[in-house]
Order: sequence, then C-alpha cells, then structure tokens
Amino acid sequence: MNPFSSGTRLRDMIRAIRACKTAAEERAVVRKECAAIRTSMNENDQDYRHRNLAKLMFIHMLGYPTHFGQMECLKLIASAGFPEKRIGYLGLMLLLDERQEVLMLVTNSLKQDLNHSNQYIVGLALCALGNICSAEMARDLAPEVERLLQFRDPNVRKKAALCTIRIIKKVPDLSENFINPAAALLKEKHHGVLITGIQLCTDLCKVSPEALEFLRKKHTDGLVKTLRDAVNSPYTPEYDISGIADPFLHIRLLKLLRVLGQGDADASDAMNDILAQVATKTESNKNAGNAILYECVETIMSIEDNGGLRVLAINILGRFLSNRDNNIRYVALNMLMKAITVDAQAVQRHRATILECVKDSDASIQKRALELVYVLVNETNVKPLTKELIDYLEVSDQEFKGELTAKICSIIEKFSPEKNWYIDQMLKVLNKAGNFVKDEVWHALIAVISSASDLHGYTVRALYKAFQTSSEQESLVRVAVWCIGEYGDMLVNNVGMLDIEDPITVTESDTVDVVKIAIKHHALDLTTKAMALIALLKLSSRFPSCSERIKDIIVQHKGSFVLELQQRSLEFNSIIEKHQNIRSALVERMPILDDATFSTRRAGSLPAAASTSSGASLNLPNGVAKPSAAPLVDLLDLSDDLPAPSSSGGDFLQDLLGIDLSPAPTQSGIGQIQKAGTDVLLDLLSIGTPVQSSSPTTDILSSSQNGKSPIATLDALSSPSSLSAQATSSARAVPMMDLLDGFGPSPLKPEDNGSVYPPLVAFQSSSLRITFNFSKQPGNPQTTLIQATFINLTPNVFTDFIFQAAVPKFLQLHLDPASSNILPASGNGSITQNLRVTNSQHGKKSLVMRARMSYKFDNKVTLEEGQINNFPKDLAS
Amino acid sequence: MIRFILLQNRQGKTRLAKYYVPLEDSEKHKVEYEVHRLVVNRDAKFTNFVEFRTHKVIYRRYAGLFFSLCVDITDNELAYLECIHLFVEILDHFFSNVCELDLVFNFHKVYLILDEFILAGELQETSKRAIIERMGELEKLE
Repeated sequence: MNPFSSGTRLRDMIRAIRACKTAAEERAVVRKECAAIRTSMNENDQDYRHRNLAKLMFIHMLGYPTHFGQMECLKLIASAGFPEKRIGYLGLMLLLDERQEVLMLVTNSLKQDLNHSNQYIVGLALCALGNICSAEMARDLAPEVERLLQFRDPNVRKKAALCTIRIIKKVPDLSENFINPAAALLKEKHHGVLITGIQLCTDLCKVSPEALEFLRKKHTDGLVKTLRDAVNSPYTPEYDISGIADPFLHIRLLKLLRVLGQGDADASDAMNDILAQVATKTESNKNAGNAILYECVETIMSIEDNGGLRVLAINILGRFLSNRDNNIRYVALNMLMKAITVDAQAVQRHRATILECVKDSDASIQKRALELVYVLVNETNVKPLTKELIDYLEVSDQEFKGELTAKICSIIEKFSPEKNWYIDQMLKVLNKAGNFVKDEVWHALIAVISSASDLHGYTVRALYKAFQTSSEQESLVRVAVWCIGEYGDMLVNNVGMLDIEDPITVTESDTVDVVKIAIKHHALDLTTKAMALIALLKLSSRFPSCSERIKDIIVQHKGSFVLELQQRSLEFNSIIEKHQNIRSALVERMPILDDATFSTRRAGSLPAAASTSSGASLNLPNGVAKPSAAPLVDLLDLSDDLPAPSSSGGDFLQDLLGIDLSPAPTQSGIGQIQKAGTDVLLDLLSIGTPVQSSSPTTDILSSSQNGKSPIATLDALSSPSSLSAQATSSARAVPMMDLLDGFGPSPLKPEDNGSVYPPLVAFQSSSLRITFNFSKQPGNPQTTLIQATFINLTPNVFTDFIFQAAVPKFLQLHLDPASSNILPASGNGSITQNLRVTNSQHGKKSLVMRARMSYKFDNKVTLEEGQINNFPKDLAS
Repeated sequence: MIRFILLQNRQGKTRLAKYYVPLEDSEKHKVEYEVHRLVVNRDAKFTNFVEFRTHKVIYRRYAGLFFSLCVDITDNELAYLECIHLFVEILDHFFSNVCELDLVFNFHKVYLILDEFILAGELQETSKRAIIERMGELEKLE
C-alpha cells in the first residue's frame, strides 16, 4: 500500500526528471507525467491516488502548475486510512491556501478528523488547520480546537495550542474563549506543551487586552517561577543546545514576560530579579546563550524603568558590539537602535565602535550601523562624525555609496553649525561621491553658496582645486561650473581670501580651461554641458581678454547633434557677436537666493510657486514693459467673468512677452524666432535643466511652474532690481527682436492690403493720442492686426514710454515690441507698435481692450488708462 | 512568526518550500528566486541575516544547501539561527548523515518532519528525541 516504499514509481519519476539535461527535456517529462496523472484521476483510480498526489507535489515544487490535483487532496482526506489522509493533508497544505474556495469543501472532513478516535489523525487535521485555515474555518472549528487543548495526548495539546494562534489571528473575537484553556497550559509539565502554551499566551496578549490583563494579574508570578526553574534546572540533554540548557524555553518565557511587564510597574517589579539573574548568569560564548541574552536585553529595555537593569543591559550590548561574530554585532546594533530612546547617553559611549561597524564589509551590518550613527548625530558630535563618514566615503563599496552619501548629506544639512562648514563638507562629499549626490542636494548647495556672499571667492577657489582632481564627479562639475560662471573673476583675482587659504594663481585662461574640459568631457551629461555653456557666456563678459576664445568654444557647438546645446550655442554666439551693449547686463551675477524663500519653494507648495513665478516672470525683459503683478489683475477686470488671476495671468503675460501662441503656418518662421528669443532669456535666468519641449507656451510654463527645481526659483526670485530688470533698463530701446536679427526674416509686418477699416483714435488725453490702424489677413477673419501709433501732444519728451493692454478671455492679444520707448515732444515723431488680437468668438462679440500707458518726464512717472470699446463693428463680423 | 521556510541548493533549485502566509504561486517563485540571489553570494563571515522586503531572512548554509527562514523584523535572529541548526540535526539524525539526495527522494518525509517541528509559523517541539520518536510512530502506521 505504501506509495513510497514499494511502487517506486515516484522514485522513477524523480530519477527521470533529475536525468534531464535541459529545461526543455524536463518540461517534456513533466508534461508526460501530468498527462498520466490526469488520466489516472479521470479513471478514479483508488490505488494510485496517493502516489499521484505525491508526484504532483514534487512537480509543484519544481514550479509547474498543479491546480488540477486539488480535488484529489480532498478525496484522499475523505478516505479512511491514515496513509491516504496523511498524503492528502500534505497535498492540501502545499497545493492550496486559505484563499481557494475549494478549501470550504474540506471543512467537514476536518471537523470529523478533529473528532477522530485516532490521535494521529487528529494531529494531521490540527496541523493542516494550523497552517492554512481561513477565517471561516476558524469560526467553524474553534470549538473543536478549544476542546483539544485539554486532550490527554500532549502531542495533540501542543498542536492545538499552535493551531489556536492561527485561529485568533484570523478571528481576534474568538480569543475570549481561549483565555482560560491557554492559561492552563502555562502550568504544564510537558515541555512541548509548555513552550507552545507560552507562545499562545503571548499571541493572545497581542490581540486581546482582556487576556493581557488576566495573564498579568494571575500568571506573572507563575511565569517568573517557571523561568527561575528553567535557569536553575539541572542539565537535561534532551533540551540542551550546544551546552546551553533549553534556550527556546528561556526565550519564549522572556518574550511573554516582556509583554506582561510593558507598561505595568508591578509586573515589571516582579520580574526584575530573575531578569538580572538571566543577564548575569547566561554564558555568552555560544550563539544559543547570546540568543537568550539578546531576548533578555530586549525585555529589560521594554519593561518599566529600572536603572540598574538597564545599565546591565547596555553593558551586554557593549560586549556584543565588540564580539568577533558578525551576527552578534548585528543584533547589538539592532538593539542599540531601540535603546537609544531609553538611554541615548549610554549608546553614545559606543559611538566609536558603531562607527567602525559602518566600515564593515557586510552590507547588513553597514546598513544597521549607518542608521544608528544617523540617529546618534547631534550638534556636539556632528563635526567628528561627519569627518569620519566622509573619510570612509572614499573607500566604501559602490553599492553602499549611494546610501552613505544620502545620509551624510542629510546630516550636514540638518546639523551644520555654520555656512562655511556646510560648504566645506559638501564640497568634500561632491569630491568623493559627486555621482551619488541627488539633484536637490546640489541645488541646495548652490542656494547656500549664493547666499554666503563673503564665501564666494573661497568657494570658487576650492571648487577650482577640487575640479582638478575629480572632474568625473558629475555634480561637483555642475556646482564648479556654476560658481565659475558666477564668480570667475574672484577666482582670478583672489578676492575675499580667508586666513586659512593659500593664495593660488589662476589665469583667466585657466578658468576657461575648466569650463572647456567640462564641456568636452564625454562622461558628463547634457545638463552639465548646458550649464557650462552658460558659464562660458558669463565668463565672456567677465574676461574680455578671453572673449574670442570663449566664442570659439561656443561656436564649436553650433553643429551639436543635441538640440539644446546647438540652440544655446547659436543664441549665445549671437549675444557675444552682436549685442556687446547688453551682454554685461544680461550676464550679471545671480541675485542672492534667500534661504527662507528657497526652502518654501523646495517644499513644493505649488500655488505659491505659480503665483511667485508669474509675478516674477513679468520682469522678463520684453523690451517694452516693466509692470508689476497687481496692475495686471486690474487690467483684467473689464472681462465680464473675471478669470482666476493665476491662470489667465500666465496667458496675458505671454502676450506681453510677445510670444506667438498660435503658430499658424504663415507665421511659423517668426514663431520659431520668438521662441528662441524667449528661450535665451529663460536660459539666461536659469542655471540648467534644459527645457526641451517644442512649444514656447510650455517652455514658459514648465520652467516657471517647476516648483521642485530650485533652478526655476532663481529666475522666479529675480526681483525688479535684478538681472532681468537691469537688462531691460540698459537695453532700453533695443527691441527684443533685434537680438535675433541674425536668424531670419524681420518680424512680420501687417500686409498693406488697402486698410479697408477706418483708423480709430483709440485714446486721447491732453498729453497723448493713440491711433489704431486695422488690417486683417485674408482667410483669417478672427485675427485683427492693429498698428498703434502714439503721439505726444505736450512740449516735453517722454522717456520710458510703455504701452500695456489687456483683453477679456475670449480674445487673445499679442503685442510686438514697440519701435522705441522715447516719444518726442509736440508730435514731432511717434512710436508705433503692432498688436494682434484673435477673437475666439468672432461674429458674436466685438473687440474690447483696456490700455495703460506709462511714461516719464521731468523724472516723474505718469500713468494713463483708458478703455477702448469703439472698435469698428465690421472688425467682428 | 515564520513567514516561510526555504531549502535551496546552490543553483537555486528549491528542495523544500513551506509557506505559513498565503502567496500566489507566481509570487512564491519570485520569492524563492530573490531569496536565493540574496543568500547565495554572501561571504561566509558575513551575518546570517539579510533584510528582505519588510521582513528578514535568517539563513544558514550546510554544504551546498541553504536553509532560509523568513521572519518578522522584530524576531530574535539568534534564536532562529539555532532553530535552523536544530532542524538540520533532526534531518541528519533521521536520515543518518543526510545529503541533498535524501531530501530530494524523500521530500514528503522532510515535509512531515517539518510539520512536527514547526506549526502555524511557530516552533512546536524542540526535542530532537521527541520528533524522531514521533516520526517512528507515524512510519509504523503506514
């Protein structure tokens, strides 16, 4: 009858499978076997049923699907004999789990077997129930299990105890019924039953507060006595583990005592003596002994405070920490992590040893130790600890470097006592593990460098030196290139020397070399190279003598296959060649980024980011306007349904900037140019993060809404007095388009197609007259081209003349740059400016516009406003 | 609590896999593959503990066989290490000088021994003698 000893067909199958040389062969054998098993099952072959199932289990273990055998398990379980049942239950536990519905069918068989007269069959059923029972089965069969906790045979009792653990985990409500029978097991003399009973009580305490309360009141003393007996018991070879008597019982008792002692002073008191005894008497030269000590330490740490015991426990951990066995050191680190909340001072004493563990070759230990060091750092020890960690960074494993770098950066940021130290340490990290530094870390570093104005010279010199040795560390190169672009002159002139520094001699040409190396380095990525190009542009203004050379380097990228680099190269070349007059203003130093704003931006509050950036972007030099955010919203109030300022502000802004939002085919050339023009400005204001989208609209939005990137904040934070505004003021009358005149056709002029619409005096005051001339492009009736002419009626010359306009949402306004911003006196000349209005509700609504003019004479700024609603009616039809 | 027990050879062939938590078959294969990769290349002097997802694996190598227990993160690692050794001693006793082939051809017996040793993810019996005797009684019933 025995399928395993006689028939040998299972054996044959295993042999056949083992003899397979390839996976394909093995699959073939398994397929054949499975087919045979299915046939045999279909024939309802009683004799081979358990042999078939045994084979299926083996096939299952190899990873093949065997679900078709599930019903066979149920049939075997339902059969009468022990061997059949045994293999049936085994198959049930292997091939099924609690989630299969088939399992419901077995509940009845289980119930019968739990009540079987043969205790071995009862054992089988308990075992299966303990391993795979579902919540429903737990409910159905809990009474049987409860009864079996008092069964005469200890083997059944211990199985029932563990089975109960599964039941109360599945259905905590049932735990009430088990409290008394479980507590009775604590008085057991049978070792196996005692150990499982203790385990059951521990789990009961976790799911049921009543059980915890009951056991704490009635059984703490008993358990202490049991533990004392175990500690003092004479040698019993049966439960001896390498010379330590019954460690498993010790550990389970200590665990249950911990649960009882936690949060209860009386219970904790009752166990103090025995804990001290275990802590002092247990031998610590064997793993089993250390396992007991470890459990004991955890119990001491968890129960209510007893100073003396805790010192004892920390000392044990100290001993563990200096153990040569890695396992012991690992658990010590693990436990010190818990101990730190109890007694940080005591853990600090082991700092040096813990630091050594960070340098261990075993990743598990490194990781634990690093976490522990991380929580050990405070203001007083941050300097030596950081030094140690950074020193180790150099020699650590590649896989560990990422984690180590992140932790070091976090420590530096959290505890840095002064900016000088922060910058020094960060530079060291960049130097050693620059490739592992996350973007936000070096972004933050740049923000700090920028705000530490007395350290600019020092930082750029340090970075220059670091670059010489570590030019392959990406983020080091980025920070170095940025700083050289900003503070290159300080590098050459040794500005702001600190006492600790040795003067270095760096020529302008050396400085350019650094950037050149960065740009040529094959391993560095696009962002770095794009940053390097900006640095070059900045240097070209700072070092006039190298200007030609810089131009040559920039020009080399004209043919770059990377669009971003090519574009920058072309744009920057144009700035160097044709716009000497505005270059120095364009490449001024970045405004200082103040920490508070930076950290709020970094926290990524999007609404804030959007509003600041739209406000700030207004300062982009468009050659015509320098408005602030508030009047903008005012200007919008003529629309019937006031749009949310943030969103329409963006649109409006783009209009003001003269960006072509509707790249109609005829205008595509211009659209391209204007896009480029906008990009130049955006790029000048940013330090990196190439924007690669194709539409100018998204360009602006993506860079200004990119709240996470501190780069975007740099441009957002430029205040009216900053770069952009300066660029505007010095650029004065130079229209934006001039920047781009090397690229293509001149800006689109409205075609003179006979001006079928009458001109309109759009605005007239005592000092100013504005005339609109209208035209339309054939085939595009929604769009009206307006040429505005401004005439000064006073005898004073107006300077800084700016015309702004706003339209309701259904209109789209596009302003080209004005021909000048100086308006000669007494009508002796005029300024013209082209506007383009696209009416999305053409034929339904007519044009309407609100205008604001500002100008200066006698150093006084004058503002005039007006609403224009007398547009010719036929424009809208 | 023990989540699962794996017995694998150096090539990653599973010789015994017992799960005390329900997992899909595909997930089981993934777990077996990952655990094998975690333990197979570790240096002998390294710790016998590796973090595995949100749990940890306590493993021990005997010749070409890896015994791995996946346990809760708060469990006593050293105790489970002893547990593995005790299990190996029981197998050694039962098969008298156990080798991988014994475990392959008698895999069902290994499962039966395990069921006498661990139940519901908890230790059931720590006495070698008790388990061997029990196995003897069960064999007689076959």
